This record gives sequence, C-alpha cells and structure tokens, in this order.
Amino acid sequence: MSWTFVGIWLGALLSLSLYSFLYKDNPFYKFAEHLFVGMSAGYWVIYNIKNVLIPNWWNNLVPAEGGFQPIWLIPGTLALFMLLRIVPKLSSLSRMSLSLIVGTGAGLSLTAMLQTNALAQVNGTIIALGQGGDLLSWISNIIIVTGVVCGLVYFFFSKAHTGVVGGAANIGITILMVAFGASFGYTVMARISLLIGQTQFLLFEWLPTMGIHL
Amino acid sequence: MRLVIPLMITFVAGMIMILQFFVPATQSMGESLQEWYMIVASAAIFLGAINLLNVHIHKIRFKAKNWKYSPVTIAGFAVMIITGLFLGIEPGRPFDFMFTQMMVPMGATMFSLLAFFVASAAFRAFRANNWRATLLLVSAFVVMLGRVPIGAMIWSKIPGISEWIMQVPNLAGQRAVMIGAAMGMVATSLRMIFGIERSYLGGAD
Amino acid sequence: MATFVENLGRIDRRIIFIVMALSVVVPLAMRLSLPIPIGEGPSKDMYDAVEALPSGSTVLLSFDYDPSTMPELQPMAVALSQHLMRKDIKIVSLALWPMGVSLGNEAMRSVADSLGKEEYTDWVNLGYKTGGGVLIVRMGSDIQSVFPVDYDGNPVGDMPVMDGISRLSDFDMILSLSAGDPGVPAWVMMAGDRYNIPIGGGCTAVSAPQFYPYLGTGQMVGLLGGLKGAADYETMVRVGVENPPAGTATPGMAAQSVAHLVIMLFIILGNISYLAGKKKKGGAK
Repeated sequence: MSWTFVGIWLGALLSLSLYSFLYKDNPFYKFAEHLFVGMSAGYWVIYNIKNVLIPNWWNNLVPAEGGFQPIWLIPGTLALFMLLRIVPKLSSLSRMSLSLIVGTGAGLSLTAMLQTNALAQVNGTIIALGQGGDLLSWISNIIIVTGVVCGLVYFFFSKAHTGVVGGAANIGITILMVAFGASFGYTVMARISLLIGQTQFLLFEWLPTMGIHL
Repeated sequence: MRLVIPLMITFVAGMIMILQFFVPATQSMGESLQEWYMIVASAAIFLGAINLLNVHIHKIRFKAKNWKYSPVTIAGFAVMIITGLFLGIEPGRPFDFMFTQMMVPMGATMFSLLAFFVASAAFRAFRANNWRATLLLVSAFVVMLGRVPIGAMIWSKIPGISEWIMQVPNLAGQRAVMIGAAMGMVATSLRMIFGIERSYLGGAD
Repeated sequence: MATFVENLGRIDRRIIFIVMALSVVVPLAMRLSLPIPIGEGPSKDMYDAVEALPSGSTVLLSFDYDPSTMPELQPMAVALSQHLMRKDIKIVSLALWPMGVSLGNEAMRSVADSLGKEEYTDWVNLGYKTGGGVLIVRMGSDIQSVFPVDYDGNPVGDMPVMDGISRLSDFDMILSLSAGDPGVPAWVMMAGDRYNIPIGGGCTAVSAPQFYPYLGTGQMVGLLGGLKGAADYETMVRVGVENPPAGTATPGMAAQSVAHLVIMLFIILGNISYLAGKKKKGGAK
C-alpha cells in the first residue's frame, strides 16, 4: 500500500465527510470541519515562523555574520505587544502595534487607491465617444461614460434623488443592475467550478483505487 | 489620554508612507517601516492561533456544546506544528503530505458545498418581480451561457454578447463602484491618520 | 396543474442538491467533451502578452490563493507555468497567501519536471510573507530585503535565476493568481501603477467582473477569469504542442455547461412557481 493510495483515501474520506452535511449536520462533518480548522491554523503558524519571523526578524536581529542589531527589537516588541491582547491587564499595549499596522496601511493605500482606483479610472472614462468608428462603438462608449457618471450619482446621497439627479441615479442603478447580473453569473460559475474540481478528484483519482475506471 | 501614543504612531507611520511617495529623503524611513510592518502583522496570525486554542481549551474545560470535537482541532494544530518544526516543510515531508492529501481536499470540498446552496438560493430567492430585477436576470443568463461552450452551440453570437456585457455595462458599473469605494477609502485613511477615526483602537477617547 | 406549480416552491432542498450533483457528475463520468471557442477577450490578451515576451525574460508569478479556490486557479498555474517554461522564460514565484506556497510548488514542480527545467536556475519559489501591498512596495526597491531566503531557507542571492533581478522593475511582467485580497488589486496598485510593470494573471470567477475596469484602462494586460479562463489558456497553450499534457479545466467545461443550464432551469421554475402563487393570491382577493 503506497503513500499515494493512503493520501487519496484520506482526501476522499474527508471530502465525503464534508459532503455529508448536505443531508444534515452530523458527527463526520463536524470531525472534518474541526480538523480542517486546526490544521489550517497550524499551517499558517509554521509558515509564519519559517518564512517570516526567522528570515525577516531573527536573522536581522542576530545576523549570521555576527553582531546584534538592537533596532530590530522595536518590531519584535511591537509584535509581542500584539500578543498581549490576550492578557486583560496588558491588552492596551496592543494598541501601539495596531496603530503601526493601521497607520502604515492607511498611508500606503491613500496614495495607491487615489491613483489606481480613482484617478486612473476617471482618466479611463474620458474617452472620445466616436473612438472605434462603428455604431456599436459609439453606443458602447456612451454607455461607459453615462454608466460611470450616473453610477456615481446613484452613490451620492448628500442630495435627494429627485429631478435631474433622480433621473441620473435611475440610469445609474439600471447600469448597476446589469453589472450585478454579470457578477451573479460569474458567481454561479465559480461555485460550480469548485464542485467540478472535487468531483474530478473523487471520480478520476479515488474511484480507480477501487478498480472503477470511468 | 491613553490613546495619545497610539494616535501618534498612526499619524507618524501614515505620514511617512505618504511622504516617501513624494520625498526621496523619507524613502529609507518608509522602507524600515515596511519591514517592521511584516513582523508586527505576522503576530496577528499567532494571536489568531492562540485565540483558537483558547476557545477550544475553554470548550473542553466547561464541556460546552460540541466540546468533543475540540480535541480534534487541537490535535490537527499540534500535528502540523510538530511535523513542520521538526521534520521540515519541503515536498515529500509529512507536513507537505498532510497539506496536499488532507487540507487541500478539505478546503476545496468545504467551498464546493456552496454550489449546492447557490442552486437552492437561485431557485428560492431569484425573483424577476420588477423590470430591473428582470434586467439583472437577463444579464446573468446571457453571461452564464456566454461563458460555457454550450452557449456558442445554442447561438454563435452569445459569447460575443456576453463579452460585450462584461466590457461595457459591467465595466461602467464596476468602475462607478470602484471610484466610489476609493474615495471612501481615501477619506477613511485620512480620518485614521489624523486621529478622527479611532474605532480600531476600541472606540475610547 | 396549478397545485403542482405552486408546490414546486416548497420542494425539499435535498432534491435540488441531488439534481445539482447529477448535473456535474454525469457529464464528467460520461467524459462529455465540448469544444472551447477562443474569441477576442481578456484570456486571449493574456496569452498574447505572455507570447510576446522574449525568451530569457523573467516573470514574477504570485500564488495568491488557497485550496478553497484551487479548482479554478490551479489549472491556470499549471498552464501559465507550461507556457512560460516552454518559452524559456524564468519564473520567480512567491505567495501573498500562506497556502499558495505549497500549491505553487506543486504546479511548478510538475511542469518543470516534465520540461526538464531546473529549480533555482529556471524557477524558484521564494515563499510567503505577510503584508500584502506593503511587502510589494518594499520589493519595489529591494527584493532581497523581503526575501533573503526562499521558502525552504536557501539564500536567494546565490541563485542563478535571480541574476539581474534586484527590484520589481527588473521583471518583464508580473502575474498574480488571485482569490481575493491581497491579490490582483494589490499588484496593480503597488507594482503596476507605481513601477510601471505590466500586470496580468488570473482570478476566481467571483472577482473577475471587478477587474474589468483595470482591463479597460490598460492597467492589466490580460486576465483569466475562473474555470473558463483556465480552459481558454489550457486550450491556447496546447496548440502546436505534440502530445500536450491533459489539463483539468477543459474537461470540466462540459459539466459547467450542463450545471449552468440546470441553475437557469431552477431560476425559471422558481419564478413560475412564484408567479403562480402571486396569481392565486390576486385571484383570492
């Protein structure tokens, strides 16, 4: 009995345990669910130790070529403060770690968001309506420009959606509905793809171990 | 008062990250901060793991509902930690074997269950009860058909129409959402950096 | 008849589950195969962008997903690795999601072994780091400050694959296989727009519609969306190759077709039942 065989059976039995939830909640499902949560947490911790803490902190604090870099005690201390969140008396220290994360993230995303998701998108919407030449291009370009402007009007709640603003908001929500429909279609596709992947595993990897070849 | 130091850290960190984008002299400070960020952020994962263990140990101790499964979580965690720390993580090792043969199928199966629930939800909740909902439904149908080979077999133009929906009305709608969300994010970031938004610190003054 | 239609709405969900399961199992078990038509679109753009890279280029491949989205993204990882390695393009990979490290290893190792490519010379897996966008920005000025060693602790500076690569702008293209955040948006924001590097990749079908604005502005050179995108790429990569290895996305598309039809049927039946119930209520008034 090879390790591959054992692995396939382990994977198949755990998969079937999880699928049993479709009938109703049961001990097999709960077992697999709890095992998955525990193993995932273990995996994350190991990769954090081996891929982040050792190479990016410990090896900088105590370099292989010798010496000691006290500056690296600062992130180490802040990381420790983060863990102190579980000690009620000292939990307020974790705010400093949280502040560093929030401040860095906010500063970075401010410029990046503004550039990538706002200015570049506005720039991409300033298009010549006739570009492309044919009638469909005209229609498409008008829909893009109108859709973006009216969509933004729909999200603007500082003014009542009446009169011209109301009309624009109506066009905006109509375009948004088409976009949400497309998103729904893609969501259905995604969910089914995941089922297809696991079914392929059970049909073409697990069943053959029992001599059933489809 | 006890929030002064955290608020100062947020302000300084935020300003360094903004300035290093424009002022080369602040580049090295920004780089150090980015390296520290990785270390501090990784502590959040340890915090999560400790919390998970705490919850399950608590459940076992007080025999809470479904406590009998808690040892399974703890054992799963312990096995991954022990094998990962002492036997290595490279391909062929027990850690990698357990990831490939147990975690991968479990993770994939867990989320593939959603296919069944999306079918059930589509049957029970997707109602074309006004013209906009009907428009949403039509758009969804065209995209669903256009993304699979059978769509082209039904009518050769369906994939083209589906791609047009994606590249024109979908793009317009998503772009409006994207710009709106970006403006919101910029405003929130500014509020955080200047200490107006403090809810992430627990909401205290 | 009206009673049957109204009762449809109260059908046991397990019957829906069985029909759903059959719609996937039967086409797969019968090995139903449908041709994948490749038209103009983001998948073709992605293929063309990679095809245009000269051999000897170096591409950064980021595995930003975990097993929960593996059926969609792993076939993309395999097909992209095949395309890149066959063109003698070097791959430097990393993961913004911890489990992406192992999944990336699995995909690249299988392709590298079949094409005779050497780890550390033709490809390397640098591993995982926390930080998402922050680590991307740091890599913009110095990759080795973020990744001094690879996922297994081997010094990155000694690897031939890293010759001439010290910062993000040294890469000819960045490809992200993304299941959420951090993923494609982080790469577009922190690498593409900031350092002017072509960004492409693939994502789950759930997030694909959100990335079309990036395609419209040229912030992304191409995008593989969900299993359809993976099947498109598998199909394009197989063209002109003798005995191409079988992919997993293309055979799944027949089952995907049937399942889509079944879901559409469910929606139609649900609406018929709803309208019948509404009509009856209206009549009763």
